[in-house]
Amino acid sequence: MGLYSEEITNISEKSNEKLFEFAVVDEKKAEETGYSNYSYWRSTWKSFLKNRLAVFLLILVCTIVAFVIIQPYLPYQKSPTEIYIDEQTSSQARNIAPNSEFWFGTNSIGQDLWSRIWAGTRTSLFIGFVVALVEVIVGITIGALWGFSRKLETPITQAYNIVENIPTTIVLILMSYILRPSISTIIIAMCITGWVEMARFIRNQIVILRDREYNLASKCLGTPSYRIILKNLLPYLISVIMLRMSLAIPFAIGAEVFLTYIGLGLPISEPSLGNLINEGRVLMMSPDLRYQLIFPSIVLSIITISFYIIGNAFADAADPKNHV
Amino acid sequence: MLWYLGKRLLQSVVTLFIIVTIVFSLLRLMPEEGYLGAAAEKMTPEQQEVYLTNLGLRDPLIVQLGHFYGDLLQGDLGTSVTYRTDVPVKTIIAEKIMYSILFGLGAVALSLLVGVPLGILMAQMKGRWLDRLGTGYIVFVVAVPAAVYYIFIQMYVTDLFNLPMLFDEYNPVSWLLPLTSMALAPTASYAMWMRRYMVDELNKDYIKLARAKGVKERTLMFKHVMRNAFIPMAQYLPATILFTITGSIYIESLYSIPGMGGLLVDAIQRQDNSVVQGLVLIFSSLGIIGLFLGDLAMALVDPRIKLGKGESVR
Repeated sequence: MGLYSEEITNISEKSNEKLFEFAVVDEKKAEETGYSNYSYWRSTWKSFLKNRLAVFLLILVCTIVAFVIIQPYLPYQKSPTEIYIDEQTSSQARNIAPNSEFWFGTNSIGQDLWSRIWAGTRTSLFIGFVVALVEVIVGITIGALWGFSRKLETPITQAYNIVENIPTTIVLILMSYILRPSISTIIIAMCITGWVEMARFIRNQIVILRDREYNLASKCLGTPSYRIILKNLLPYLISVIMLRMSLAIPFAIGAEVFLTYIGLGLPISEPSLGNLINEGRVLMMSPDLRYQLIFPSIVLSIITISFYIIGNAFADAADPKNHV
Repeated sequence: MLWYLGKRLLQSVVTLFIIVTIVFSLLRLMPEEGYLGAAAEKMTPEQQEVYLTNLGLRDPLIVQLGHFYGDLLQGDLGTSVTYRTDVPVKTIIAEKIMYSILFGLGAVALSLLVGVPLGILMAQMKGRWLDRLGTGYIVFVVAVPAAVYYIFIQMYVTDLFNLPMLFDEYNPVSWLLPLTSMALAPTASYAMWMRRYMVDELNKDYIKLARAKGVKERTLMFKHVMRNAFIPMAQYLPATILFTITGSIYIESLYSIPGMGGLLVDAIQRQDNSVVQGLVLIFSSLGIIGLFLGDLAMALVDPRIKLGKGESVR
């Protein structure tokens, strides 16, 4: 009882004039109640940063990409295609082991392996990026049409059932066999096979999302289809699109190695990782020359594994379930 | 069930027909040296023209296609020009096909035997060292192009265990390395999917109930989790078969196994159009058969698929 009586005695001190003023509607403050500090991209980035390995590999890949671009403009760089002449014997500087002049040694006709590796990485990364980009654009366009338009659904599904049955390797071989080997034909051959998976993936996601209530509401309000696809559906898929894109790069690099291996790759004058590994493979039998195979293989493995791990880590981070 | 099978079979046949037609038409765009062979240099342009007309290469595409299907139905795939002059493609491929099929099936069997138990173990020891080791292996095999690790295996493992570097039909030890190399990638994908489905299954409510009820961990694993996780696994069987096609192309030429993969590489380098065409047809048919069998396996293990439109749900 004492407690209450105490409060009652204090009440005149605790009250003041302000408490008896009328509340005014403040638009700004009303907005703030529903406001949360959550930002999708910031949370994604925060979760991504928690994965130390992926962050390290991301920095590594960025460094490699930057280095590959600026490498030809650095001092003391040799040309990747020039054949160097040994001054003492005045013949080609063939198969020189790594030394201070040729950092990674020279190949069987006297070209500098160091600059060839970076030129090759540049070519392979370029192919990878372009293929990934085309895959994403074509895949999303067709996947969105396939999933959203009910008229197009049957014909595209039928076409897909046929395309899906053809082994990708065979298409790749056939296309490169028919087209003359060059960077653009390799890109075309890979794009022809690459978008199919992406399109199916997007289609499945869109079929799941398209009849949700917010889309029905949007449709009833007269939103045009393209706007529903672009504003309501695709933002949902951005994380998985990024994942597929980052995985498409190692696969494109791998496909280039494969095509070169079976003799359908880029011409020798165009250094690429596939070419370098193939050149190195020929010399495999003599242990002294194995560096010509080992160096490009290491660079290739670092790049492909990094993209793979970064892609997966990013997909995990982009999943809102993993956000705090 | 029959209705589903019939529909699926028809689809496979239609697909095969379309692929064959496309492949044939595309190969007509090829440079014509591939049909002339070594004799090309001795011929005048007029002689070349007559030669190509005699081969039927100047006919309209439809007529050529008609001839081609006529020949194909009689089992005639044309004759080789540059690879082995004037030998029927059928004979060349017949000599090689058994090696490829045996190695392919061997690799698939090996990867199932190793990959599935590995996936189960990884799921059971989720987060521990075996799981981490297995994940490392899977990431490596999936991300790095097969050519690279195949070459390194041939280069170093042969030295390490003193194994023969090239394939010898009468020396079973020399089969070991090609088979293992070929099984590496499918093993990784089986282990990956098995682990994923097991983990998914382990997180479901009925498992929690079974645990709460006091079902033994061993019974739980083998009777409930594994059986359910196995169903989606069936769909990866055809994918592995397709994968061994790619693998065989590398492995057969690396270890000089006289199979179809090595033949394809040779034929491409010598621009032998009819051999390439025959091989592409066979590889695509194998792929289509593989996918068909995979769907069949799915229908057998998952009763939901059998209930097509023709049958009513009881």
